[in-house]
Amino acid sequence: MTSQSYVRTEMVAAQKPPGVQTGIVLWMREKLFSSWLNAALTLVAVYAVYSILATVGPWFYRSVWTGSSLTECRATLAATYGEGVSGACFAVIRERWQQILFGFYPRELYWRPTLTLVLMLVALWPVLFSSAPRGVLWFSAAFPAVAFWLLWGGTVWLPVMILLGFAVGYLAYRLISPLNGLLGAIAAILAPIFWWLFLCGPAAELVQSVISIELRQLKSADFGGFLLSTVIGISGIVFSLPIGVLLALGRQSDLLIVRTVCVAFIEGFRGVPLITLLFVASLLLNYFLPPGTEFDVILRVIIMVTLFSAAYMAEVIRGGLAALPRGQYEAADALGLDYWKAQRLIIMPQALKITIPGIVGQFIGLFKDTTLVSFISLQDPLQLVSSIRANTQWNGVYWEPFLFVGFLFFIFCFSMSRYSMYLENKLKTDHR
Amino acid sequence: MVETAKRAKMEISDEVAIDITQMNKWYGTFHVLRDINMRVQRGERIVICGPSGSGKSTLIRCINRLEEHQQGKIMVDGTELTSDLKNIDKVRSEVGMVFQHFNLFPHLTILENLTLAPIWVRKTPKKEAEEVAMHFLGKVKIPEQAHKFPGQLSGGQQQRVAIARSLCMKPRIMLFDEPTSALDPEMIKEVLDTMIQLAEEGMTMICVTHEMGFAQAVANRVIFMDQGQIVEQNEPKEFFNNPKSERTKLFLSQILGH
Repeated sequence: MTSQSYVRTEMVAAQKPPGVQTGIVLWMREKLFSSWLNAALTLVAVYAVYSILATVGPWFYRSVWTGSSLTECRATLAATYGEGVSGACFAVIRERWQQILFGFYPRELYWRPTLTLVLMLVALWPVLFSSAPRGVLWFSAAFPAVAFWLLWGGTVWLPVMILLGFAVGYLAYRLISPLNGLLGAIAAILAPIFWWLFLCGPAAELVQSVISIELRQLKSADFGGFLLSTVIGISGIVFSLPIGVLLALGRQSDLLIVRTVCVAFIEGFRGVPLITLLFVASLLLNYFLPPGTEFDVILRVIIMVTLFSAAYMAEVIRGGLAALPRGQYEAADALGLDYWKAQRLIIMPQALKITIPGIVGQFIGLFKDTTLVSFISLQDPLQLVSSIRANTQWNGVYWEPFLFVGFLFFIFCFSMSRYSMYLENKLKTDHR
Repeated sequence: MVETAKRAKMEISDEVAIDITQMNKWYGTFHVLRDINMRVQRGERIVICGPSGSGKSTLIRCINRLEEHQQGKIMVDGTELTSDLKNIDKVRSEVGMVFQHFNLFPHLTILENLTLAPIWVRKTPKKEAEEVAMHFLGKVKIPEQAHKFPGQLSGGQQQRVAIARSLCMKPRIMLFDEPTSALDPEMIKEVLDTMIQLAEEGMTMICVTHEMGFAQAVANRVIFMDQGQIVEQNEPKEFFNNPKSERTKLFLSQILGH
């Protein structure tokens, strides 16, 4: 018998792991052909991919980019590749891409949505990346007003006065809160609302009559295409997150009335299809408003989409709140943080971090749902594609414009998805 | 163990830090705390022990109103705990609390965990708060971990960070809710050492624990609770050597018996 001791007389140093096999052959054996069934499935999958590529590939390869009608496209195809050969006719996109992007926005004013897009990227920069200079956040805060002015035009003083409403609220708070904290908070909410409803418009007109700065005013009917989708989508995304957070907190509140209102709101908006809400926005809302009120249809749609999405958002965030251990609330309480500070510094950062996938999923869903506005006869990209296809020149074009629209949506949604993964990685501090 | 010389330094003043009179608490219909009367003088080190479910954690959680009492009166540093939020926040910023499961904030670094409350509650400038935080991290002997996240630390280190986090608020009273119960045996000592050091500096402490060695070393009073009531209280020596009630004897024989 060999001498094998059961108790160590000296400790063993850490050793290298036994050689790990690598290489393409091993990888294939493990991942593709590990059993007869898997080998068969691999072969079927390879064949399926091949047959799709074999059909779509040549179609893309034989694409025609010039021409002003489908007939011309077909003639070019026949001349190049022979009679009866199919190929993509991307000439339609080359001719109509501006319409799909901007709808019926006046051609000479395309610079306005383009500039808005560039400014939007600047405004998003500090929000999305913490390495950006913090000062830019002030621009981000003012951006909605800037975008509104650039896109719709009119006097510059209206958005300025709207922004001033926040200053009015702050002023009211500073003046009244020393007397009574609760009264100050109420004043901070009511004063700006009063300002926006009654004083904002006349004040803007007054200043405009003295110092006239204005852009050509456009109607909401001029909006269309991706411009419309992004205006509705981005506004919905930006406004639904904070409203969703408040609703989620309200639903957990100890105050009966707050909780009931929030629950009723969430369940009400979640229980109704978005399309119904859009019809309410386009038709029904007019009956409730005082006659003669001109309430912009895009604004109405944005409000409905925002509220609809906020209801879902609230439930997603509530899931995150429920996932936090009670000890986090207790530790915050025990340190003397009040409710809002605890929420802002301890609870929300963690709850939002947990729910990033859900929140971004909701954003992506909202963005794609903006195509539903075609039902209330707004010119979303798909609606525009239909009208392009109804045109005699392009009658019969099918895949190409839809592919283009799909591709644009994909870019937006895919970047959101990628950003959310980046953010999740960046915020990963629990080292579990 | 603490020498007698050091022990003499841990003075108890006549000033009352916590005064609980005729306090009752129910969870639904279950009567958790019954007629609690307790007075803690400044500088006292009190250990509360008792079987599980005896209400000892609930009692100290009432002192900073993590739990609400329904009857009786709790005065902390002259402030009565009622539903008045201002009083509650005032008491909470004066009373530090250490939990069984540490409850550090996992999304913040150790340093941020320590400076958060001083900056947002006490309005201390960031720089100063960080200096204070580093001072206390040095005191609990882990200044080198300041820029790590809680998840990267061992249990014992996390609990010492939690103690430092409470100390950064410069509390006048410290509550410990089973601070070593979630720790591996090897780490219990490092946390107890920190607590003993704190006691030597004259901190008023109330500690729910089963560490009887700690009770003997630093406590000036041991309180035994059972079924939501204070059954016995005495100096540690008397308490361990000469328990009065049958319930106490049984409890002590169970935890010291092996």
